[in-house]
Order: sequence, then structure tokens, then C-alpha cells
Amino acid sequence: MKRDTSYAAVTARKNEIMKASLGVDFDRYVTSPVAFDYERLMKDTGYTLDDIVRIQRETKVGDTPLFELTRLTEVVRQISPRGKGATILLKDEAANASGSFKARRASISAYEAKKRGYAGVIAATSGNYGAAVASQAAMRGLKCIILQEVYDSQGVGQPEIVEKGRKCEAFGAEVHKLTVGPELFYCLLLALEETMFFNASLYTPFGIKGVETLGTEIAAQVRARYRRDPDVVVITHAGGGNLTGTARGLLAAGADKTRIVACSVDLSGLHMASDRDFNRKSFTTGHTGFGVPFATWPDRVDVPRNAARSLRYMDDYQLVSQGEVFYVTELLAKLEGIERGPAGNTSLTAAVALARTLDRDQVVVVQETEYTGAGKHHNAQLSFARKMGVEVRRGDPRENVPGKAIVIPERLEQVTGHGQSMDKLRESYLKNAAKAHPAKKWTDADKAFLAADVKKDVAWLESRLREL
Amino acid sequence: MSTVPTGTWVEIERVILRPDQRAPNIPEDTARTPYVMRVSGWLLEPAAPGQPARVRTLIGRELAGTLKTVSPSYTHGFGEVVPELLDIGTAGGKP
Repeated sequence: MKRDTSYAAVTARKNEIMKASLGVDFDRYVTSPVAFDYERLMKDTGYTLDDIVRIQRETKVGDTPLFELTRLTEVVRQISPRGKGATILLKDEAANASGSFKARRASISAYEAKKRGYAGVIAATSGNYGAAVASQAAMRGLKCIILQEVYDSQGVGQPEIVEKGRKCEAFGAEVHKLTVGPELFYCLLLALEETMFFNASLYTPFGIKGVETLGTEIAAQVRARYRRDPDVVVITHAGGGNLTGTARGLLAAGADKTRIVACSVDLSGLHMASDRDFNRKSFTTGHTGFGVPFATWPDRVDVPRNAARSLRYMDDYQLVSQGEVFYVTELLAKLEGIERGPAGNTSLTAAVALARTLDRDQVVVVQETEYTGAGKHHNAQLSFARKMGVEVRRGDPRENVPGKAIVIPERLEQVTGHGQSMDKLRESYLKNAAKAHPAKKWTDADKAFLAADVKKDVAWLESRLREL
Repeated sequence: MSTVPTGTWVEIERVILRPDQRAPNIPEDTARTPYVMRVSGWLLEPAAPGQPARVRTLIGRELAGTLKTVSPSYTHGFGEVVPELLDIGTAGGKP
């Protein structure tokens, strides 16, 4: 019998398709509409950190260099108050196979898929993750399908995503290049059902476990060289997996005093599902269009419960403008002699601003870089933005207007970013939880889960509930 | 236009959802456009541009659509020079 492939029918079969394509029964962990046994879900993957290191070494993942950015640190110190200006370190994740930390995230999924006898893997992503899955699949002898949102309705491709599609094909993947819209998820379900491949979703416990080694490596490298734990680790934040995995790794290594700072490019005002806005943003990820909704409600993804739970680990959340990131990207090339892509440079921008407020003997770690090149390069993005009618100029970066004006700072002093209220984000999370399941029905166990999920205690949650 | 021979590397296009079939709650500018997919592969039988075509992809799957592009290539680059970037981090060469 031919199955109904309409949008409504396929999305209604979501749970059975997910179960078959992942082999994880989330019902075993779910304790209520808003809570689940997160740690048991992570533990039941069966992989220890040692296993993950071994698996990742088989496929050119991990053990990446940690560079001290001496000249950048020096210029930051020149504009910092006396005694301020922390040492800025950069974890060069571009050295992983496929050129980003996403190789860590894909590695365990590909290993698991192979072990369990799946013929191939599928992921729906316009980011570096596609190339990472394709690369890991190539090394494991698995077939691979990547679904990407690439074009607007005029057929104009976002240059960075075009490049990522090229890379996926270079690794032998079948790449579905789609126009703008959330129906990417529908296409993912269709492809999973048709092929019975493994769902290498970004948000499974396998994906997040793979990133934990990034945290343990940072702890070990900083301790070996500086005889201290990192004071701050700045993490570019979108879906939350980078932050969650890294923070879990740091905690596993005992670095429990390290501050975890999220950073996203501020794209407020642009709609992520808008055909028009699509090609008027110069960042395809690591921005507030993903970062804020995923932080304030992680369970909006292609698996029943998201293993990436950023507010559970986040201490601060900094925003930077597109212009500030482009300035710092250029500075990285000119002062440090390396060209890297936008994702890591987003957290580098926040780190530059933060370092000015930290003591000289402190250490701030930018925990990833990514490859750059045709399409991904900041010159490519700015040139494209100009073609799309976005104004590009030098000036005060506070004058940036996403989709309208990119204002590149004139001086390093103007790279400041701006913070967001963590309590507002946490309250927004609670409101979303209440939409999923009325707060009146929350049990003590629900409250304990929700409080832990925003890095607070139950007393805090109760006090917020009274006010909301 | 002439027929493209079997075995040529091409890109096909397929309308996945017409505007009336699209997901609810998407912005109006997106909702009035079809949801379209493109994929590359080797042509399985001769076809003319704009006509129905079937391809075999890099992983050996067979997919159908409309022949969109013959020899699809990547032409993305570094764009035109953006002068606003050039003097950042330099010793001040700009006159």
C-alpha cells in the first residue's frame, strides 16, 4: 500500500519514523510533558569519554591545537584599564576532518549507524554539520543524504550555504538543495521513511556526547600550559549542542568554576522562515534566530527530546553585531596570520570584548574555529550583502540594523557586544514550559527538572512562578 | 533545445509542495512560493531541459524531477573587494 506523503500525514507519523531511524525509544526517559531523565538518556548511549576519544581518533577528529593569540591579546591590553586584559586562547577546531567542531558531533552518530547496520545516514542542516556527517559517513563507508535550505524563491543561493553544499557533495553525499521554509523537517521525515537510513540529528545524545571531548581537551590543554582552569569559555551558540557538549566536557574534567558564556550574532528583526530575509543576513548560524528560541525551549527539534540544553549550562549570553564580527575576523587575519570562518569568530568577538574586563592573569578560551574560503569568507558575505541591497560601511557598530545596515567598527574600542538578561531568558523558558504543560500541573519532579534545566534551584523557580 | 544524453551530470528540480500545500504559520512572503528541491545526478535516459528527467545520485538512488541545469557547477567565490575591510589591523597604509 502506498503511504500518504502529504505534509499533514507525514508529520503525523513523526514519532514512529523517529523511533525507527534512531533506535532510541524516548518514551523510556520521558517522565512528564515537560520533564525527562536527561542524564540516563545520555548515559544509555553506552559510550564513555574514553570510547569517544578512541572512535574520534579513527576518523580524524579531536586533539586539535589550542593557540594563544598573543598579538590580539596585546592590542586588547592596550585599550584595557590597568591590570585588565585576559589572555585570549583559540581552540583550532578547523583542524578536524571537514573543518569544524561539527566533526565531533557527527562522529558518534556515524559510528553508531555503522555498528547497528544502517546503510546510510541523513541530516537536515544548512551548516557545517552537513559536511561533517558527509565526511564521517565517507570514512565509515556509509551512504549519506544531506538536506539543506540553500535558495530563496528566485533561486539565489546564500554563498556560505552553497559552499557547504559543495563540500557535502565533495565527500560523496546526495545533497537536497531546498528553498526557504520549515518544511525541511517534512523532507527529512520523507527521506528517512524512504531510505530507512539512520537519523544523524544534531540533537541526539550521540551528537552531544561527541562534543564533550572538546571540553575535556580544553581543560587539559589550559591546565598543562597555564597551571589553572580556564576562567571563561566563550561558545558560539545556535542550537545549543556546542555549548552543552563543551560545558559537559569541562564539568567531566572537573573545571566546575569555569564560566560558560554563550555568544550569538544579533539578527533580531529578521524572520528565519522569510523568503525575503533569507538572503539579507550575513550569518547562516550562530545567530539569535536560532540561539534564543533554542535556549528558551530546546524541545523544538527533529527528535522527541533534545539532548542539547544550553540554559542548563550557560552563565552569560553575549550578543555581537555582524559588523563587529567582520572587524574581528579581519583582525584575526592581520594580527594572528590565520583566516577562519564566521562561527568561531563570533565567539572570538565576544572574547575580545570580555577580555578587557578580565584580569591580566586570567584566561579566556574561544572554543572553536571553522574553515573559511569561497562563499564562507567575510569578504564574500559582505560583497553579497551589498548586492542584496544591504548598506555596508564603517562607523559605530551600534548602528547595525540586521537586514539593512552592516556597520563595521572603526576601532577595536568599539567592539563591545552587549549582554542579555539571563533571568529574562530563563523566564521565557518557563513560559514555554507552561505552554507545553500548564504550570499548575507541574509536580515536584517537574519543578526540579525545570529548575536544573535553567541552572537554578527550585526556590528560584517557585519565586518566578509567583511573579509570572 | 537539444536532448541531453544519458550519463550526463545534471541537476533536476522538483516542486515538493505547492503554495497551497505548505506548512501553516509561515511568513506570507514564503507562503506564496512553492517549496522546491534541487538535486544533482547522472541522467538515466535522454531528456531535454525543462522536461521530466530521472537521475542516479552519487549514492546510487534514483530520483525524478524536471531537468534544470546541465553540468551544474559551483561558481561561488570571494565576491568583489570590500574596501571597508582593507585597512583593519594594518599599520595605516591608507592615505
